[in-house]
Amino acid sequence: MTLSNLIVVGASLAGLRAVEALRRRGYDGRITWVGDELRLPYDRPPLSKQVLRGEWSEERVALKADYAALDVDLRLGLRAASLDPRERTLKLNDGAALSYDGLVVATGARPRLPPWAHGAPRIHALRTLDDALAIRRVLEGSPRVAIVGAGFIGLEVAASVRALGLDVTVVDVAEVPLAHALGTAMGEKLTDYHRDRGVLFRTGVGVARPVGGAALERLELTDGTSVRADLVVVGIGVTPETSWLDGSGVATNDGVLCDVHGATSVPDVFACGDVVRFDHPIFGESMKVEHWTNAVEQANAAIARLLDGPAAPAPRSVPYFWSDQYDLKLQFAGRTKPGDDVRIVEGSVEGKDLVAIYGRAGVLCGALTVNKPGALVKYRRAIADRVSFF
Amino acid sequence: MKITVDFDVCQSHALCTEAAPEVFEVRDDGFLYILNETPPETLRAKVERAVRECPTGAIRVEG
Repeated sequence: MTLSNLIVVGASLAGLRAVEALRRRGYDGRITWVGDELRLPYDRPPLSKQVLRGEWSEERVALKADYAALDVDLRLGLRAASLDPRERTLKLNDGAALSYDGLVVATGARPRLPPWAHGAPRIHALRTLDDALAIRRVLEGSPRVAIVGAGFIGLEVAASVRALGLDVTVVDVAEVPLAHALGTAMGEKLTDYHRDRGVLFRTGVGVARPVGGAALERLELTDGTSVRADLVVVGIGVTPETSWLDGSGVATNDGVLCDVHGATSVPDVFACGDVVRFDHPIFGESMKVEHWTNAVEQANAAIARLLDGPAAPAPRSVPYFWSDQYDLKLQFAGRTKPGDDVRIVEGSVEGKDLVAIYGRAGVLCGALTVNKPGALVKYRRAIADRVSFF
Repeated sequence: MKITVDFDVCQSHALCTEAAPEVFEVRDDGFLYILNETPPETLRAKVERAVRECPTGAIRVEG
């Protein structure tokens, strides 16, 4: 069957790269492209940095694309409501019913919020450009800032807030920030780097509730102490946007369950980006890879699978992400878990120049570099090749 | 095909080096070097991958 009527649901990076891949590969049929924000696709990494610091205008974060050449029927400001794969129909939240002969799910994820954050004033998550602009406006009033969640988003925000000269306290239930992503040893060194630049940490303790009514005054913590704050940014992870697929037969379980190509449990439906959960061919475990580079790679893999069928080559990509904090460019390839061996190959975090590698059961599974981009490429390849670690 | 890189935008992620090592190299000094500004057509697929995987959109291809 020749495809002629495709839908891409989701208009961020993965959705854009999927549309581009369709046209690059010569698909010349109809593309309906649905996105829930009233904006063309934009780039998220600058939101916690250049946008929060007020250095970049909102226009500058737009992802470059040749929309005329892409020739899409763009439906912005609309959400997918439900999918009926037997009838091959997608329903939108305005009641429209769109037929398709192939569909790509690129709906991404939304920030998780703890129960105490719902409806409370001055408490923000950071996912969208609108989120970033709203936080930016509050920052202009020189608030005391509390950040809940010492992950990459939280620590990037902390660095941006310090760059603006404002007080910031980071709260996390875990004892060591970033330990889940980089291991305890590297997490501690990066935390020290933040401490040396004036960030306060309250770790190993949770948030009980915000106090202060309409004007936030402080966060009360579970140990009875408080953190004074006029602004709270929550960064405790994301939930994949899959609820519209409930009842469709497309299998989900904290993500759309896909094979390595991005094929879902239902024919003619494929997925890419943050929404995807798959068994990683190198690490042999089920994972979501919520990173920029993965969105690009999976979009291309899913479109190859959609257009070429199961014969499309299986991608075999090592997860990669980066994080810019102060004058550090952190880059990480692979995956680490508690208990992995960690070894510093050269340099140090405080020296702003580091290469560290991670091993599990005698095999290289990760590499972290600080301001050493050339070194990471070599290790990313070595991780794919499953080289020994000893 | 002619390659240009906006070095004001490039942040040396080095993903281009992975996609098209014949054309791009990030060296130990942390800077990107273009090894061949006019690569042969046989490298087009690799160069296009480098363009779309560049996190800062710094690479342009003309022709």
